[in-house]
Amino acid sequence: MSVVSIRGVTKVFPASKGGETVHALGPLDLDLQQGEFFAIVGPSGCGKSTLLELIAGLQQATQGVIEFEGRAIRGEIPDGVGVVFQEDACFPWMSVTVNIAFGVRNTTLSQAEKARRVRDVIDMMGLADFADSYPAQLSGGMRQRVCIARTLIREPRLILLDEPFGALDQQTRLLMGDEVLRLWRQTGATVVLITHALDEAAMLADRIAVMSARPGRVIDAVQTHWPRERDSRIVERDDFGAVTSRLWKSLRKESLKTIGRLPEPT
Amino acid sequence: MTDVVKSLRNPLILIVGLLVAWQLLYWFAGDIAMRAPAATIRYTANLLTTDTFWVHLSESMRAFAAALAIAVALGLLIGFWLGLHRFSGDVLEPTLVALYSIPKITLYPLVLLAFGLGMPAKIAFGAIHGIIPIALFTINALRNIKPILIKAGRVLKLSPPEMIRSVLFPAAVPEIFTGFRVGFSLTLIGTLLGEMFASQRGLGYLLMTAIGLHNVDQIMAVTFLLVVFAAAISTVLLTVDRWLHHRV
Amino acid sequence: MKRITVYRVLIIAGAVLLLELLCLIGIIDRLTMQPPHRIVRDLAVILTSGSLNSAILKTLTNASIALALALVAGIAAAVVLHRYKALRETLDPLFATYYAVPIFAFYPLLIILLGLGDAPQIMIGFMLGVVVVIVNTLNGLDRVPLVLKKTALIQRMRPIETALKVMLPYAAPYVLTGAKLAVAYSLIGIIGAEFIMSRGGMGYEISFAYNNFDNATMYPLILLILLVSIAVNGALSRWEKILLARRGQG
Repeated sequence: MSVVSIRGVTKVFPASKGGETVHALGPLDLDLQQGEFFAIVGPSGCGKSTLLELIAGLQQATQGVIEFEGRAIRGEIPDGVGVVFQEDACFPWMSVTVNIAFGVRNTTLSQAEKARRVRDVIDMMGLADFADSYPAQLSGGMRQRVCIARTLIREPRLILLDEPFGALDQQTRLLMGDEVLRLWRQTGATVVLITHALDEAAMLADRIAVMSARPGRVIDAVQTHWPRERDSRIVERDDFGAVTSRLWKSLRKESLKTIGRLPEPT
Repeated sequence: MTDVVKSLRNPLILIVGLLVAWQLLYWFAGDIAMRAPAATIRYTANLLTTDTFWVHLSESMRAFAAALAIAVALGLLIGFWLGLHRFSGDVLEPTLVALYSIPKITLYPLVLLAFGLGMPAKIAFGAIHGIIPIALFTINALRNIKPILIKAGRVLKLSPPEMIRSVLFPAAVPEIFTGFRVGFSLTLIGTLLGEMFASQRGLGYLLMTAIGLHNVDQIMAVTFLLVVFAAAISTVLLTVDRWLHHRV
Repeated sequence: MKRITVYRVLIIAGAVLLLELLCLIGIIDRLTMQPPHRIVRDLAVILTSGSLNSAILKTLTNASIALALALVAGIAAAVVLHRYKALRETLDPLFATYYAVPIFAFYPLLIILLGLGDAPQIMIGFMLGVVVVIVNTLNGLDRVPLVLKKTALIQRMRPIETALKVMLPYAAPYVLTGAKLAVAYSLIGIIGAEFIMSRGGMGYEISFAYNNFDNATMYPLILLILLVSIAVNGALSRWEKILLARRGQG
């Protein structure tokens, strides 16, 4: 069953002063299956972040329909959706615990239930030792963990990650990837990951969509067939290279278009 | 322990340096121009024991408190309005900036004509010095909130009043406080200037009469008191300002 | 963008019209304030008749001198302080509390030290303006990215060359912010001093006119100062915007 269905979606940005309208995205058709780990890769500016924000309800599609759990998303953040951004979204004036507790602030849970969830999520994310620290005292990776915790505490059924590890170094990225896989298995949520790192997409996802240069459209979809119980050591497999090669093959032409050179004849 | 000593060392060096410079200047300029630090401190101590001084001081303090309250209230009001409502901000903020550049002392006769001599004129003159910087800093504070924090608030489904209360306001507080700090100093000067010309009471009046009568002791003493008061409060506000900013 | 300017012009025009109306109806009486149209007319008369030209010139000249001194000394001091951290840290509390201090109280002292001419006023204008230039220039210099300073070193540039050709140009927008404030402060310094104790200049004329209930002279002069400061400020702001736009900021 499709948990998210995207039909004929386009996004056009109106002309800003002195410019033209920007046809950022689409037309796109995409179906996401319940519980899958779905990744989207594409060259810079192809509109992948825009697509994510459309699914999240942060932006409205110019044309087409996006449905989450059968209901159309219309300019409002649907219930059951969580988003983690690339930039640090921790509230600097709140401690780690307060930041995370803020996630369940305006829900209808009892105080006891909220407290329990906060404790559980802090333990789950390995933040117990830093519960009273402030974001400024933490590293980038830890701050992202706090943001992820704040998202998870709402027990979302759909988790959207917009280049969440973009600001981190490679080693931290790999470890965070393992974390995300663990959480995905634990929560059973559907995960959509936007990344420009092909190895990251290949390692983490069940299915990967490759987007063209702007206006972004899906030009390829790759099934990885990895077992559900996986971690970063999957890169050691022989067939790992095949996935990344296929991604790059589709992506290389599009990336060249983005940096202003026409693709060479293959 | 050494941290506390370290943080006190620089201000102490500064104070000692200023006192030394003062003494040297006195030796150069002589009694006709000024008094030595020791003499001024003695005169000031004496002044503080007189009743009349406290009458003047309370007058000044009342005027300043009222002016500051008005400046903060109006400044925050205007600041939040222009900071949150994009269009109004775009239209009117440049006007505010232009008004800020006006040497407000030129408006002084206007204030006197509008409010007459006395307390209202002092309060008005003090307030007009403080309103604009508080408003401008508040506008900037609201505009400079990292957009990611607002996105995070939206994703957590905060209602507009909740957004203002739990995200916008705390995020903006450090910069708003800086505006308050600047507004504090400017309102103080404004109130004092107001007293110099528009009043028969207050520290500004004391200073003015001292200038008129060439009472060097009094000029030095009142100036000294004002400097010490302003510097002390400024330092406290600065410490709070630094703490607020370092958290963010 | 255009729409914003239209609204702004309308609001300002509306405010002036309201003032005009209140004056003409009599809610604001003649003794308190002239109607705006009369103020403008009187200003035109004063300027064309040239009766107060010497006063106007005196004030503007002195303010310009004070401004120039504040800028030169301020920028130079900022460059030095930026280099010698210990000195800067010692002076920091002074800069932070400087503007809470009533500088005008030093005016009598300055008269005794510097005589009865224009020097004390210029000194006050200078003293008021210099610290804001220092603080803002330091702010700008602080923001020069380390990589640019390293590039200068690799290019074997000497410290003063680096300051003049790399650091100050980078800090230019912030220096301009300081300059804008210094314009206001030097005007305040000169005019304030002329109010207190002077034998000439616009401050004196305004004070004289006020004491003689001569609104026909006082208001136009006030308007003139407002216009001059807004104009200079506007020009500097435009320059600042151009500098920032070139870098893709602002």
